[in-house]
Amino acid sequence: MEKSYDDTNTEKSGLRLKDTELRLGLPGSESPEREEHDQNVLSLKSFVSGAKRGFSDALDGGGKWVFSGGSGGGSEGLFSPRRGGNNNGGNDLSGSDSGLGGPVLKDGVAPKPLVVQEKKSQVAAGNGNTAPASKAQVVGWPPIRSFRKNTMASHPPKNDNDDDNAEAKFGSGCLYVKVSMDGAPYLRKVDLKIYGGYKELSSALEKMFSCFTIGQCGSHGVSSRDVLSESRLIDLLHGSEYVLTYEDKDGDWMLVGDVPWEMFTNCCKRLRIMKSTEAIGLAPRAMEKCKTRT
Amino acid sequence: MHKKTAFSFPDEVLEHVFSFIQSDKDRNSVSMVCKSWYEIERWCRRKVFVGNCYAVSPRMVIKRFPEIRSIELKGKPHFADFNLVPDGWGGYVFPWIVEMAGAVPWLEEIKLKRMVVTDESLELIAKSFKNFKALVLSSCEGFSTDGLAAIAASCKNLKELDLRDCDVDDLSGHLLSHFPDTYTSLVSLNISCLGSDEVSFSTLERLVCRCTNLRTLRLNRAVPLDKIANILRRAPQLVDFGTGTYAADLRPDSYSDLAGAFSSCKELRSLSGFWDVVPDYLPAIYPVCSKLTSLNLSYATIQSPELIKLVSHCPNLQRLLVLDYIEDSGLEVLASSCKNLQELRVFPSDPFGVEPNVSLTEQGLVAVSSGCPKLQSVLYFCRRMSNEALVTVAKNCPNFTRFRLCIIEPRTADYQTLEPLDVGFGAIVQYCKDLQRLSLSGLLTDRVFEYIGTYAKKLEMLSVAFAGDSDLGLHHVLSGCESLRKLEIRDCPFGDKALLANAAKLETMRSLWMSSCAVSFRACKLLGQKMPRLNVEVIDERGPPDSRPESCPVDKLYIYRTVAGSRFDMPPFVWTMEDDPSLQLS
Repeated sequence: MEKSYDDTNTEKSGLRLKDTELRLGLPGSESPEREEHDQNVLSLKSFVSGAKRGFSDALDGGGKWVFSGGSGGGSEGLFSPRRGGNNNGGNDLSGSDSGLGGPVLKDGVAPKPLVVQEKKSQVAAGNGNTAPASKAQVVGWPPIRSFRKNTMASHPPKNDNDDDNAEAKFGSGCLYVKVSMDGAPYLRKVDLKIYGGYKELSSALEKMFSCFTIGQCGSHGVSSRDVLSESRLIDLLHGSEYVLTYEDKDGDWMLVGDVPWEMFTNCCKRLRIMKSTEAIGLAPRAMEKCKTRT
Repeated sequence: MHKKTAFSFPDEVLEHVFSFIQSDKDRNSVSMVCKSWYEIERWCRRKVFVGNCYAVSPRMVIKRFPEIRSIELKGKPHFADFNLVPDGWGGYVFPWIVEMAGAVPWLEEIKLKRMVVTDESLELIAKSFKNFKALVLSSCEGFSTDGLAAIAASCKNLKELDLRDCDVDDLSGHLLSHFPDTYTSLVSLNISCLGSDEVSFSTLERLVCRCTNLRTLRLNRAVPLDKIANILRRAPQLVDFGTGTYAADLRPDSYSDLAGAFSSCKELRSLSGFWDVVPDYLPAIYPVCSKLTSLNLSYATIQSPELIKLVSHCPNLQRLLVLDYIEDSGLEVLASSCKNLQELRVFPSDPFGVEPNVSLTEQGLVAVSSGCPKLQSVLYFCRRMSNEALVTVAKNCPNFTRFRLCIIEPRTADYQTLEPLDVGFGAIVQYCKDLQRLSLSGLLTDRVFEYIGTYAKKLEMLSVAFAGDSDLGLHHVLSGCESLRKLEIRDCPFGDKALLANAAKLETMRSLWMSSCAVSFRACKLLGQKMPRLNVEVIDERGPPDSRPESCPVDKLYIYRTVAGSRFDMPPFVWTMEDDPSLQLS
C-alpha cells in the first residue's frame, strides 16, 4: 500500500524520492531500519503497557540507530551512551529506594531511554521494596500545563480519607526547578523527581551546561567531538571553577550535596551554578537547618 | 485607452469603509483587490496578529503597517506547554519591542503567548509607548515583578494588565504599590499567576476604590478569603472576579460578610480562583450563581457533592472548568441543570496515579453531550473510553468546534471491545463537520487518520500522541485535511516518506511539530533544501545531528513557513536546515 501512494503522490508534489535515493536505512544496510523501527515501536509499546523489560532489550534493538556516533548527551542529560560503563550505574541507590514515595520510573521514549532509572527499579524490586505509588512517567504526558502541575504539586489536595497519599498525588508528578548558570544566556528547568541522587543531577547539569563553559558551542563550524568530549567536561566542571548551589524554601543559598537527597528535593526551590570564587561563605549548614525544620 | 471610472472614491472614504472591517482575513482580502486598496488598507490597519513570531520579521510588519495600535504575537510551539521544547529555544519578544519602540510610538496594545519576555522588554514598553493601554501575557516567562512594576508606574493610560499562567519571578516588589495614586484607568487586572507575592491589602483596596471602571479582577493565591469581602464591596461593578485562597476558619460573621459582599455584585458573570477551598464557604457565592456564565473551579479540590450543589445553582452557565472530582454523577447533574453549557473542561486531580481515584469515566462525557445541546468545546481527561461512547457523543453534538480527549494511559484501547478507538474518533470527525480543533488519545491505528483525512475538512489544529502504525497515517492527514494549519505529533511511527511526499502542504500550514518520531536527519536536510520558504528546525540535545548517520531520526523537528528566512537567535541545540546546499552540515 505504501508503494502506491509513494508513486502517485511523490510525483504530484514534485519530490522524487527515487531520484534522491532516499533510503531509510543505515549506511551499508539494505533497509533494515523499518524492522528495527518496528522492533523499537514494539518495545516502546510493551514498555508503556508496564512490561518490565529491561532497557537493555529496548536498546539492543534500537540502540544502533540512536547511539551510533557516540558521545552526545541525552535529552535532559539523562542517558549515557556507554551502557556498560555507565558512570551513574549502581552507585546512586543511596537514599533513593528507601521507600520514601518510591522511585519514580520514567517511561521509555525510544530515542532517550533512561538506563539508570530502569536499573534502579529492577534493584528495588529485587530488594522487595513496594511498588512505586506513582506509575512510570513520560515527559510531557499527560498533557498538563506546567502552571497547573506546579500549582497542584506545591499544595497537594487535602483528602479526608487519605492524607498519607496526598503528597503522592500531584506531588509525585514532577518538580521543576530553574537552573541558572553564571554567564549563561538563559535558564534551564529540570525535574528533580527524575533523578535518583546527586550524581545523576550533577551529571545531567554538566551535560546541559557544558556548551557554555567550552566557549564556541553552537556555531556550526565546531565539531561535535570537541564540544561534548566528556572527559574535558568533567575536568572543567569538577575542577574548582564552578560549584552547584541551591536556594531553599527560606530563601537561603546553600551548597548542594550536604543533605540526604530526599530532603534536598523537598527544600530546593532553584539551582544555581555559581563560580567558586563567589561561593565563598556558603556554609554547609544545610544539615542543621533541615533538621530543625523537619 | 484610459478610462476614468465614475466610482473612484477618495482615499478617506475607502478608509472609512475599511474601518468597519475588523477581521484579519477580510482585511487581507481587501488588500488584494488592487494596488491602491492595498496601499489604503495598510495605512489604516490597526491590529496585527502574528501566529508565529518567526514567520515574519518585526521590520517587515511595521514597514507594511506603520500605524498599528495593537499587536499579537505567538512564540513557542504549543507543546512547550508540556515541557517538550527545551529552554532557550527562542520566542524572544525584545527585538519586536525594539523595532516598535522606534517606529510605532502610538502602540496601545501588546498580546503575547508563549514568548520570552524580559524585564528589559517591559521597561522598554513602559518607556516607549505613551498611550499604552493593554498588556496581555499568556504562558510567558523570563520576567519578574520588577518589569511589571515599571509598567504600572509609567503607563498612565493602562487599562489592562493580564497575566495568564505566566512564570513570573516574584521579587516581592509589591507590584500594586507602583500604580500612582493618580492612576484610575484600570479596567482589567489579572495577577492570578503571581506566586507568593505578598499583596498589600490596603494598597489593593485603594486601587480598587479609585479605579471605578474596574471590570475584571483576578487575584492570586496570597490573598486570603477574609480580604475578599472588602474588595468586593469596593467594586460592586465587577463582571469577572478571581478569588485567592478560598479557605478560612469558619466564622459566622465572616461568612455572612462574604455572602453579603457577593450579593452586592449584581454584574458578576464569571468566577475563578478558588484555591484551597473550604466547602462551607461555598454557599457564599450562591447569590450570584444564577447569573454566572463562566465558572473556573479547576483548582478547587472539592468533592462531588459540593460540586453538584454548586452547579445546580447555575442554570445560565456557559463555561465550566472543573477537576474530575465532579465525577460522572456530577456531570449528569450538570447535564440536567446547565442547558446553555458551551464549553466544558475536566482536569485530572491525580494524573500520575496508577489507579483511578475518582469515578469519572466516559459516562460523564456522554451525559453532558446528551443534556447540553449547545456544547461546542470539550477538554476531557479520563481513564477509559469506548467507541460506543464516542459515537454517541458525536451524534449528540454535531456542533463541536473543539474536541480534546486525553485518555491518561497512552494507547488505551476501547475498554469494552479492546479494539482501537479509530471508529469512535472517526465518528467525531464525520458528524462534527465544523470541527476546528482535535486532540487524539488512546489506541489508534492508521485507520483513524484515514477518517480524519476524509472527513475533517474544517480541521485547523490536530494533536497526536502515541498513535498510528506507519507513514500512511501522516500521509492521510497531510493530504486530506484542507484547512490544517497546525499539526503537532509526538511518539508516533511517522517517518520520512509522508513528510517528503507532502512537502508542499507544509507551506500552507503555520507549523508542524514532530518529536520522538522517525524522521531522519537526511529528510530534514532535504526538506530544508527543497523548501526555501520553510524553516526546518532540528532540535536535538544529544548533540549535532551530523555526528550521527544521516538515517538517524532526529529527536525533535519543528517546521514552519516563513518569509523572514532563518532566525539568528537559536541556542546550541537547534539547527536550521539551510536552503543553500553549500552550507550543508555534512
